[in-house]
Amino acid sequence: MYKFNYVKADSVDAAAAAVSGSEDGKILAGGMTLLPTMKQRLAAPSDLVDLGGIDALKGIEVSGDSVTIGAMTTHATVAASADVAGAIPALTELASGIGDPQVRNRGTIGGSVANSDPSADYPAAVVALGATVVTNKREIAGDDFFLDIFETALEEDEIITAVRFPIPEKAAYIKFPNPASRYAVVGVFVCTGGGDVRVGVTGAGPCAFRATGIEDALKADFSAAAVDGVTVDGSEFNEDMHASAEFRTSLVSVGAKRAVAALS
Amino acid sequence: MTVTVETTINGQPVTGEVDENTLLVQFIRENQELTGTHVGCDTSQCGACTVHLDGVPVKSCTMLAVQANGHEVTTIEGIGEEGNLHPMQAAFQENHGLQCGFCTPGMIMASIGIVERNKSNLDDETIRRELEGNICRCTGYHNIVKSIAAAAQDM
Repeated sequence: MYKFNYVKADSVDAAAAAVSGSEDGKILAGGMTLLPTMKQRLAAPSDLVDLGGIDALKGIEVSGDSVTIGAMTTHATVAASADVAGAIPALTELASGIGDPQVRNRGTIGGSVANSDPSADYPAAVVALGATVVTNKREIAGDDFFLDIFETALEEDEIITAVRFPIPEKAAYIKFPNPASRYAVVGVFVCTGGGDVRVGVTGAGPCAFRATGIEDALKADFSAAAVDGVTVDGSEFNEDMHASAEFRTSLVSVGAKRAVAALS
Repeated sequence: MTVTVETTINGQPVTGEVDENTLLVQFIRENQELTGTHVGCDTSQCGACTVHLDGVPVKSCTMLAVQANGHEVTTIEGIGEEGNLHPMQAAFQENHGLQCGFCTPGMIMASIGIVERNKSNLDDETIRRELEGNICRCTGYHNIVKSIAAAAQDM
């Protein structure tokens, strides 16, 4: 790991100021991706601004129609929350399948969302549920948040403070995990509510996206068979040692069908 | 530049002046000379470096030492001693839950977490799923699972 300056922030404002005032500072949340990346010397920030001491960023709040999760809340905390399980059980399922227990004890929702790893789990839920990403500057709609691989709408000194998920009528998350890393080769999050159907996909493309073709088919006929009639365009899909683009294209359909079956 | 690490390891307050990029596992092994915590893969896959931070298992190769400031770290040396083993250590011994022994400290620290999280609902399938973050390259998983199931009765 290259050297850096370590800054422990005691507030979000202080963290934002520390990042702005640095040459090439980065926010440290749980560190489950950033630290391994730095160890491999694929990242060399001049400063690491640690949010670990800001208690205001931790916690879960469930209101009548939404679940708000503080950015520094760990996956383990979300997975163990009875409030989350009562409101959006698919989110419990998602959080409890990230990485492994030790990673879930450190990794945070804010870090996962801010990183826009193409194979991360939370982004599928953010786009499918139409979540709002709350930052120190504004609120960003889930649909506008993920721009590309490791690229989001966040500005350099913008820090996620919470993610707010509307509570759907029903939701299911189906994930085809990489057997070693447990990252999603493909993950499909389907939710329904108010006559609408939304389908979020992670793992397949450069970043999480909504499968609008599948959504339209499911709005007309909420059945696994309806998904069969949809051709998923996999021309821009990821291709790596774990799965071809063609296989990922197939997994999007299969994942959607399994999620629909789970909800029917 | 250096940073001051001020943490608690196995109940003892410790301080040290280290480079910012010092990992927690380096601090434990090299600064504190507690070499029971192992480094296997150094890429957060294998779990040999698992310690407890405020009572829950984490991978100490994927944390900066300075991130432990103000927190409590427990290593394999802190859970039992010769003649007075932790029930998980005793169960690994009793059930031959180790072969070469390299992964064992991390396995034991992770396993204590598994039992504490699932106390009332611990079947073999749960144990195997929750061992996701630990690798035994001797592939001695069968007796490791047996050890954890046995320890769960005594914890």
